[in-house]
Formats: sequence, structure tokens, C-alpha cells
Amino acid sequence: MNDDLIRLLTLRDENSRVVLMGAGLLGLASGVVGSMAVLRRRALLGDALAHAALPGLCVAYLLLGDKNASAFLLGALVFGTLGVLVISFLRHHTRIKEDAAIGLVLSTFFGLGIVLSRIIQNQPSGNRAGLDGFLYGKAAAMVRQDVLLIAAVAGTILLVVTALYKEFRLLCFDRDFAGTQGWPVKRLDIGLMGLLCVCTVIGLPAVGVVLMAALLIIPAAAARFWTDRLSIMLVIAGLFGMLSALFGTAASALVAKLPAGPAVVLIATGCFVVSLLLAPRRGLIADALRRLRLSRCVGRQNVLRAIFELTESDASAGAWQPFDRLLRVRTWSSSALDRELKRAMGAGLVREDGDRYSLTERGAAEAARVVRAHRLWEMYLIAHADIAPDHVDRDADQIEHVLPADLISRLEERLRAQGRLPGDLPSSPHAIEGTSP
Amino acid sequence: MSLLGLRTDDVWTIVTAIFCNVACGLLGCYLVLRRMSLLGDAISHAVLPGLAAAFLITGSRAALPMLAGAMVVGVLTAACSAGLSRWGRVSEDAAMGVVFTSLFALGVVMITRAASQVDLDAGCVLYGLIEFVPLDRVTVAGAEIPRATLVLAVVLLLDVALILVFYKELKIVAFDPYLASAMGFNASLVHYGLMAAVAMTTVASFESVGSILVVAMLIAPGATAQLLTERLDHMLVAAAGVAALAAVGGYLLALELNTSVAGMMSVAVGIEFALAVMFAPRHGLLSKLFHNLSLSLRVEREDLLGLFYRRAEAGAAAGAAARELQRGHAPRWRTRWVTSRLLRDGLLDRGAGGQLRLTPTGQREARRIVRSHRLWESFLADHTDLPLDHLHAPAERMEHFLTPEIRAELAERDAQPDPHGREIPDDA
Repeated sequence: MNDDLIRLLTLRDENSRVVLMGAGLLGLASGVVGSMAVLRRRALLGDALAHAALPGLCVAYLLLGDKNASAFLLGALVFGTLGVLVISFLRHHTRIKEDAAIGLVLSTFFGLGIVLSRIIQNQPSGNRAGLDGFLYGKAAAMVRQDVLLIAAVAGTILLVVTALYKEFRLLCFDRDFAGTQGWPVKRLDIGLMGLLCVCTVIGLPAVGVVLMAALLIIPAAAARFWTDRLSIMLVIAGLFGMLSALFGTAASALVAKLPAGPAVVLIATGCFVVSLLLAPRRGLIADALRRLRLSRCVGRQNVLRAIFELTESDASAGAWQPFDRLLRVRTWSSSALDRELKRAMGAGLVREDGDRYSLTERGAAEAARVVRAHRLWEMYLIAHADIAPDHVDRDADQIEHVLPADLISRLEERLRAQGRLPGDLPSSPHAIEGTSP
Repeated sequence: MSLLGLRTDDVWTIVTAIFCNVACGLLGCYLVLRRMSLLGDAISHAVLPGLAAAFLITGSRAALPMLAGAMVVGVLTAACSAGLSRWGRVSEDAAMGVVFTSLFALGVVMITRAASQVDLDAGCVLYGLIEFVPLDRVTVAGAEIPRATLVLAVVLLLDVALILVFYKELKIVAFDPYLASAMGFNASLVHYGLMAAVAMTTVASFESVGSILVVAMLIAPGATAQLLTERLDHMLVAAAGVAALAAVGGYLLALELNTSVAGMMSVAVGIEFALAVMFAPRHGLLSKLFHNLSLSLRVEREDLLGLFYRRAEAGAAAGAAARELQRGHAPRWRTRWVTSRLLRDGLLDRGAGGQLRLTPTGQREARRIVRSHRLWESFLADHTDLPLDHLHAPAERMEHFLTPEIRAELAERDAQPDPHGREIPDDA
């Protein structure tokens, strides 16, 4: 086991060198092409293509026999292309929707492939050794020639994508706009599908039918989490594809009874899950943190505004507001209010005196800012959106936390120009909740 | 017992296949209508780890744990795909692709690693072993029937019961999930219920017919029925018929060619679908082609009549009309053919010098066309801002489609004469 690992890592073995290189290049190419397909919402087309290629392999076998590997690939390419054409025909000329068309082509072509392969098996000279590998993939069986082919295809794909980068980018993000700009969108689309076809067919012998689709989709979907730019996404997807292919094949070589195709896919899935959780902007954890931060901020500002407005509405009662009175200002539970007060005290914004609370100096400053945003927005709504003064509180309550500073100053300018802003802090256009008897 | 020269075992196999195909076909209608066909594909791949887990835990191929394991994973697939596209902002198809290929890979690994313990290989999951269905028998109420037949019969009954009991709910969710929510149906409950049924049917079918046939039967009968019918109840019946026919036809073909039964059945259903695409009464390519052709011939015929009318009105030689039309857009042979049809139908005849002219019947017909044309022109002139020289083209199209009611309504506006100053002929 240890020896195996060392042999693999040092690439001393000619065979493992070949296999790893082939798998890596395949992963790279499918990551790049897959990114385009996923952005173009054609993710599952690769799946259909891979299935549809099976009868092509069988026909090639029936016509030319077992030995001819490139005939296999040619047959697969022909039937894969045929499948894509049928899907596009069904979508444009019948009432069948795209999803059903993909499913139909996938299952009937594959069924045909199985029928043919059983017929081959029943022939006296028949053996399906060449065919069976295509279902689940036999990465370890790659030879130098296969790798050269994969390298050529991967190189072509990278070259085409680089050369037509601008066109493909437009096609992926806004096909109709590309059309109005005079780009030959139909031909570009066909070109993209062609790349997808070639990449799928090349990958079939290594990772198999179902898992080829995975290699197209998963690295691309994972890369999408990390960036909003296509060029970076292509690079990341290519990297993810390459790394999963390398590590998957290596793991399969080291661990007994671990087929390479599934191992590659599971590692790619690992990349996907990590990206889903950890990606800086689109990841779930970052998203959850952002939500948490926002809800903390909203809660804090609500407490501050409640104390501020109560104090303002009844100056004779002093700055200290009892808990019961605060509770009546908003529809919040006493435990929620208690929690928010504690947090605000922890941040040094609120002081406590038994059952009564008041703002610290910093708290008062922030509260004034929030109240100001709130009231400016209310006045804006009353003046420009024709909303009644007793209806603006709720809208402003939601927006006050997210109004950026430059918007506030523009609101101020506008209201001041109209003579609607008398002092520094506008007075509330409606009665404050919880203050009326 | 023999039927068409089939042995009892063959009959059992066919019956089993019919149960399986009909069950899949019925549920497939809803998947196709809701544009979720690929969820069927995804679930049928993704249940593999559920099956494998059930095997590994119970160590047997007992039906119930297998069904349970697969249903859990099946619903999980649907939920994960939906969750990924909602919270992870992955596009729907990519989310589905990620989930089902990952689960399938996991399943393959589990099966390969456990291959020594359990009798299951990935190949049999893919192709199924429907040929061997009759070998594994159980005794029920004194009769010996194959185990798979029994399981699939129960599954079919459950599916039919589900559809009958929740027909209304499934229907409204299939056609308008938002309306369903607004009316107080729990659309997502119906959705996951359907997914659970799909997973159950998939798994029950899996063992005997393999995942490929399941995918084919979930999608193709529904899609075929969609081409043939306009109503959900008709669609369900048609899908069941298509699925059953594929079972019988596929089996007989496979017997003939000595090949995979499951594969042949999916080819059979594919052939049925292709036939429907070609020959379906309303949505088939041939009927669309025929409809388009007959419409274009009618348009040409009416244009020709209108041309003769206008020529006669303008006092030019009637023969020039035909020549002018021949210089027009239609190919010459079609114009000649339309002319010969008009002569045969007695709308045109030949005058003294062999010139073509309208008969009284033809005259009446032509008046109708020209009247429609000019009424529409005056309507456009009164109610739109189109310039005068832009009125002809739209009227040239509309003249063929104005019904007597519309003509009467347009005539009430007292449009005489038309915007070009020509008289609008009476509706004679």
C-alpha cells in the first residue's frame, strides 16, 4: 500500500503516468465546456448525449469489430449528435417540452443501445469487453493513444473557447441580445453543442455514461459559487475538474474495489459541497452570517429607536424608559425585547437602572441617525408616493436599516428644497406607538 | 396454456411488464405536464444508494426495507435539488444534475464495495432482469405467482388509488401550482407526495425491469399521450394504453430478435412516440403539414378569384389576371393547379377566346373575398393610424379569415366606399 502510494506519487510507473495525465486533461476540458453548458442552462444535455452515444458504439462494433477504438468514438459522436438534433427538433416543432425531449432521447437511445449490445453478445464471436467499459468507465485501461487523443481534444476545446471567448460569453448570458447584435447565435450554439458532444464522447471510456454528465455539471456548478466572472469561473471549473479527476483516479488505483468513475465524481461532489458552504459571497455560511448580521443590526436599531422616540415624545418623564412601556412600542415578545436590550447594553449603547433603560451618549447618536433615516423616508413616501401619514411607519421601519448615507443626504436636500425640513431632526408625521393613552 | 404461441412464463413476464409500465406511465403524465420529466430520471438514478443501504442494513432483498430506503432517497433527491436551486442559487437543471449523479456515484461505490456480501450488481440495476421474473415465485391464496408480479400489481393499485383519490389536487397542481396555493391546496405536499410515489414505483420496477426502462416509461407514454389528447383524463388513459402496448410489443420483438426485453420495450415506446409525432391527429407533423398546405391552397384560390374580380371591375382583359398572378410569388405549377381546380368546381370558365372568366358562382365567391378585404381596409383606416398605402397588406391576409358575423359587424359602421375610393361589393 505504501509502496503503491509512493510509486503513484513519484509517477515512476509509465501506466499510472498515462492514466493520471489522461484523466486530468479530461477533467480540465469537461470543466471548461461544462461551465458554458451550465450557464447556458443545458446542464442535462450532456447526460442525454452520453446515453444517446451507446447505440453508436454498438453500431460501430457491428460494422467494424472490436479492435477499432476510433471507430467506437466516431459512432458515439454520430449518435450523440443525432440525439441532440432530435431534442432540438422536438423542442421546436412539437408541443413536447425540452425536459421531456431530453428524457425521451436519453431513454430510448439507451434502450436501443442495450438491445444492440445484447445482440452483439449473442453472436458467436461476440464479447462485450469493449462495450461494457463504456457504462461505468475504465479509467485504468487508458493507453498512450487514448491520452494523446484526449490531449488533442482538450487542446482544441481550450483553443476554441479562448478564440471565441467573447462570443460564447454573450451567448451564455444573453442569447437574444447577441442575436440583435448580429452575432450568428445559431451557429455559435451549434458550435458549443459540438464541443459538448466531443468532450462527452472522449470521456465515455474513462468515466462512463452517467458519470460523464457529472464531470460536466459538478465542477462548473461548484466554480459558480466562487466568482461572478466567466473567465475566472472557467479557470476554477477547469481546476476543479482536473483535481477531482486526478485524485479520483489515484484513489481508485490505491484502494481496492473503488471504481475510478464514481471516485472522481464523489471527489467533485466534495468540491461542490465545500464551495456551497464556504464560498465567500454566494456560499451558504457567508449567506447565513450576512443574514445574522443584518438581523442583529435591525434588532439593535429597533431598540434604540424605541427608547429615543419614547423619550422624545414625553420629555417630562425623563430619559429612563420602563420595560413595560418599551414592550408596547412594537409587536415584540418580552423575551425578544429583553435579548435586544441585553445586546445593546453589551455594545455600550443602552444603560440599565433596575427595570428602566436609557440611551448612552453613543446610543443616542446612533438612535438619532436611525430615527432621522426613518422620518426622512416617511416624509419622502408621503410627498412622492402618495401614502397616507398613518401608513408610512411600516414601510420606513423596513427601509431605515439599509438606507445608505448618500441617499439620506439626497433625501434631505430634496426635502429642504421643498421647505419640508424645518429642523435638523424632522418630527414624526404620525403618533408614536405606545405613547397614546 | 398458450396464447400466440407464448408459454406461461412469457405471459407472466408480459403481465409484469404491463403492470410496471402502466404504473410508470400514469405517474409520468404528471411529470411531463409539470415539466419535471428529468426529476423522474434523476430519482431513478438516485435511489441506488437507498437500495444499497437497505441491502447492507438488512442483508436481504426483502421488498419493504428496499422500498423504504429508496423512497427516502427519492424524496431527498427532489428536496435537495429544490433546496440547492433555492438557497444555493444553482440553476434548477444543474442542481438536479449535481444531486443525482453524486448519489448515483455513491450508490455504485457502495454496491461495488459490498459486492461480496450481497447479490446485486450495477449492471442488473441498469438493464433489469425481466426475463427471470417468472423464476422467483410466491404463493398467494393458493396460486403460485411471481414475486415481482405481485409487488408491481400492488404498486400499480396504490398509484391508481392515489390518482383517483387526489385527482383534483394533482390536476390543479400540475397545471397551475400558484392557483393551487392561492386556493388553499398545499402544493408542496402534493409535490412531495407525487415524488414519493415516483420513487416507490421506480424502486418496485427497478429490480425487474431496470432503470432504463423506468426512465423511458416515466417519460415516453406521458409525452405520447400529450400529443394525442387535450384532457388530463384522456391523457392518463392514453398513456396507460401506450405503456401497455409497449410492454406487449417490446416483449414480442425482443423474443423475435433474441435480445434485451427491457431495452426493446424502451425502443418500442420510442417508436410509438415517433409515430405519434408523425401522425397524431392534431399535433402530428403530418396533420400540421396537411393543414398548412390546405390553408395555403385556399388562400391562393381566393386570391385568384379576387384578382379576377378586380380585373373585371377595372375593365381590363380578364386573361391578364392569370398572367399577372403567374408572375407573382406562387410557383407556376401551383397556380395552374389551383386554376384547374377552380375550372372543375365551376367557379371559372373559358370565354369566347378561351379566356378565363368568373362564372356566377365564382362571382359570388369573389365578391365575398373582395368585400372582406375592403371592409377590413376601411376598418383599419378608421381605427388605426396606418397610412393609406399600408392598408392593403394586412387586409390581404385578413380577407381569408373574416367570418360573416364579423363582416356584418364591420358593415354596420357604414364604411362605403373603401379608403381607396372603390366600392365595397354586397354580400350576395
